[in-house]
Amino acid sequence: MVAFRESSNTLGRIPALGLRVLGLIFISILLMYFDNRDNHLDSARKSIGAAVYPLRVMVDAPVRFWRWLDDSMSSRNELELELSRLNVERLLIKARLQKMNALEAENARLRAMLDARTHVRDQVRVAEIMYVDANPFNHSLVIDIGSQDGVFDGQALVDADGVVGQVIKAGLLTSQAMLISDTNHALPVEINRNGLRTIVVGTGEIDRLELPFVVNNADIRVGDLLVTSGLGGGFPAGYPVAIVASVTRIPQDPYADVTATPAASLGQVREVMLIFSAGAPDTEASIDE
Amino acid sequence: MNRDRTSQRKPVILSLIFGLMLTIMPLPGAAESFRPDWLALLVIFWTMQLPRTWSVGTAWIIGIVLDVSQGTLLGQHALTLCVVAFVTVRFHLLMRVFPLPQMTATVLPLLALYQFLLFWINGVAGIDAASVTYWGPVISGTLVWPVVMTFLSVMRFRTLG
Repeated sequence: MVAFRESSNTLGRIPALGLRVLGLIFISILLMYFDNRDNHLDSARKSIGAAVYPLRVMVDAPVRFWRWLDDSMSSRNELELELSRLNVERLLIKARLQKMNALEAENARLRAMLDARTHVRDQVRVAEIMYVDANPFNHSLVIDIGSQDGVFDGQALVDADGVVGQVIKAGLLTSQAMLISDTNHALPVEINRNGLRTIVVGTGEIDRLELPFVVNNADIRVGDLLVTSGLGGGFPAGYPVAIVASVTRIPQDPYADVTATPAASLGQVREVMLIFSAGAPDTEASIDE
Repeated sequence: MNRDRTSQRKPVILSLIFGLMLTIMPLPGAAESFRPDWLALLVIFWTMQLPRTWSVGTAWIIGIVLDVSQGTLLGQHALTLCVVAFVTVRFHLLMRVFPLPQMTATVLPLLALYQFLLFWINGVAGIDAASVTYWGPVISGTLVWPVVMTFLSVMRFRTLG
């Protein structure tokens, strides 16, 4: 009945539709222009983002529920196995940590001698990933803490094995982060073995990174570990980023063709750590000194 | 009339919330590039059915919400959905009398237009984007259209009846 009335109404033309569309297109273009140029619209984005937050929680709920169910249903046997495995792992890590403590102390001593700051221990905070968007054009993820918890733009994200990415938009309750495999992402790194500095660029594939600026005669080998150099200013130094997967030297080109595999498992992480390093937010201040 | 409007609003808003959930739901790697543009499909459907209540303005607002939740350029999806809604309003009388296969064939160019505009805006804004998988959502969107169409029609008349 209602549908019938609607359709009989619409037989006439809908007034000023073209004008409305033109107006809206104009507004959209203005919005995009200002959004692309600089971040004028961040507050608007944040408030709309907060409105969508309950939806995100709802979408995430089945996954959470499933994991909870999985955890509580796993058999006693499995749990015992897991427990013994964890115990062994803990022992190993503890042993390594003893050495680490000694090394840290030594490092601090040496640094004190060199009159440099110590940046060995960073503060971290664990965040849970709510949503991963890994289409070929942007590799990004949304985490469940925002500027309310002190997250800031450009903050580094790591998992247990290495660097995951960095925060690009810190919302109020959630934040958006870019993965290191995003085509727009570049990260200054150095080779752990010899300190050679270069840049790692994302390729849009989740398991492959590129090193476009390695000269042909550089000392780089398959299996080399790349760690953050800290020279970009945003990332603290010394976190593993990737392992060199292939080196192809092309005689007529100035640069070798080098690819690397991310150290972090970008496709399967569920929790990430945000680094609140002592150095990062006040870099300007330390430059002034 | 006022009461009728309200009763029309419920299924639309419900379906939009559900669509948004499907859009931000995480999918395993390969399926990600074949995720249909649920909200584009919904906008096409509701604009075609109720062009007076739901047309370019609503499409624009949905687009803004989509932009925020996807982290794209603010206004990108808004503009695109707005244009898609406009084209749909223009052809809604024709589309409504089409049998299902023919209507599905009409949805294909609309979704292609949607993807093309998104792609174009990315290009103009200098956001890196070029791949064949860009057309995945167009294909999957067209394939799910009959299901969406049937489901929404049933839902609509169930709530109205």
